[in-house]
Amino acid sequence: MDLMEKLELVELPKLEGHTDRVWNVFWNPVSTLPILASCSGNNTVCIWEHNSLSHSWSCKTVLEETHTRTVRSCAWSPSGKLLATASFDGTTAIWQNFGDEFECISNLEGHENKVKSVSWNVAGSYLATCSRDKSVWIWEVLGGANEYDCAAVLNGPTQDVKMVQWHPTMNVLFSCSFDNTINGHSSTVWAISFNAAGDKMVTCSDDLTLKIWETDIAMMHSGEAYAYWNHLCTLSGYHDRTIYSAHWSRDNIIASGAGDDAIRLFADGPSYILLLKKENAHDMDVNSVQWSPGEENRLLASASDDGMVKIWQLATKQ
Amino acid sequence: MVSGLINENPIVYEIKERRDVRAYSSNTDELSVDAIDQLEVKLNICSAHHIRDIKDPEHPYSLEQLKVLTEDSVEVDDTKSRVRVTFTPTVEHCSMATIIGLCVRVKLMRSLPSRYKIDIRVAPGTHATEAAVTKQLNDKERVAAALENPNLVEMVDECLSPSFE
Repeated sequence: MDLMEKLELVELPKLEGHTDRVWNVFWNPVSTLPILASCSGNNTVCIWEHNSLSHSWSCKTVLEETHTRTVRSCAWSPSGKLLATASFDGTTAIWQNFGDEFECISNLEGHENKVKSVSWNVAGSYLATCSRDKSVWIWEVLGGANEYDCAAVLNGPTQDVKMVQWHPTMNVLFSCSFDNTINGHSSTVWAISFNAAGDKMVTCSDDLTLKIWETDIAMMHSGEAYAYWNHLCTLSGYHDRTIYSAHWSRDNIIASGAGDDAIRLFADGPSYILLLKKENAHDMDVNSVQWSPGEENRLLASASDDGMVKIWQLATKQ
Repeated sequence: MVSGLINENPIVYEIKERRDVRAYSSNTDELSVDAIDQLEVKLNICSAHHIRDIKDPEHPYSLEQLKVLTEDSVEVDDTKSRVRVTFTPTVEHCSMATIIGLCVRVKLMRSLPSRYKIDIRVAPGTHATEAAVTKQLNDKERVAAALENPNLVEMVDECLSPSFE
């Protein structure tokens, strides 16, 4: 297929600054200038900004002295003004940007132990967190974003919950876990990602596969209590180490980051073919991949156990 | 005699003479370069990196002496930078199995180049909850979190510390 031969991921200058493994990256959804948050095993979060004059990225701010253990996950609110960071210390911190500074304006406590993932709903009115304690908490954002009230504690999962993710258009929350039996994978499910329309999702697993699911979005919108997600296909044979992260871009390219240090790109259905395999994208496991929100840029950020954050430009070979 | 141990009466085995890696390689003229490299790496992992010498959490013996680990425990693919260690707990219900596995992983993480991918597993058929133990030992996030627990780190460091006999 022509498209497959012509795509490449061009590495932009590395973002060096973390001194320990980087677990997660998250692009600011609204900033006109690209801003990226990354979080690490050394209890800190870096905010990276691009300098258009020097074409380089630099760590503008380091958020530290709040979490006392690994920061596992970070997520910008839909408004782009708040950053939530989830930590193995059992808390979730909320940071607000005041010009050049970030201040921790709130700290959400309640989980019994390690918080692994945090996700904002589409309106930015709810925050969900999940933990090793097998629960998912939903927090309601009150007033001026300084106050958070625990709206619900969900004890459905039977095991350690790895990730929570709100649906992109509706207030429906999804979670994936160490307990793989729930959605058909044969081992731990590490991540979920939705397409822009919200009618398809990809899950990635320790079982070395990506699974694609779809739903009838009209049924979801009509308020059906339970919209069934249909398993469309399984992408197997492409990865030989755990797949830690998957992200579905706005223009329908699925990126995966895996334990074999590679990043792979897959096309949307019906074929879901492998478009590109970037071997040795990092020197160690790739923990997180995320496409930038801007429609023109086609940038992909990746984070790794090697302590690096990298930004890649998706381009057509000349 | 301390009571309350998981395995009060472990079987202790005589260990083989340690082979000197250099002496071994000089005897292997007929083997191809690749085979020698593989063997060297494997022996290095067993001897130079001393996973054999990791102490059992409960008894003053090494994992090798208790046959929890043997030379066959280690499988290496140097070209792919993969190592797999299979260990055999002394008793089927050993609750120390996770600690032992963690000790092996930590020792290898500290000894091997970072490009190595390490898989640890409980020998099939030797433990009541082997699938669960193996899964935890290979869940990177669980391992990272465990290593932030000072009590566990202390236990692991104790098992990894050299004993001077």
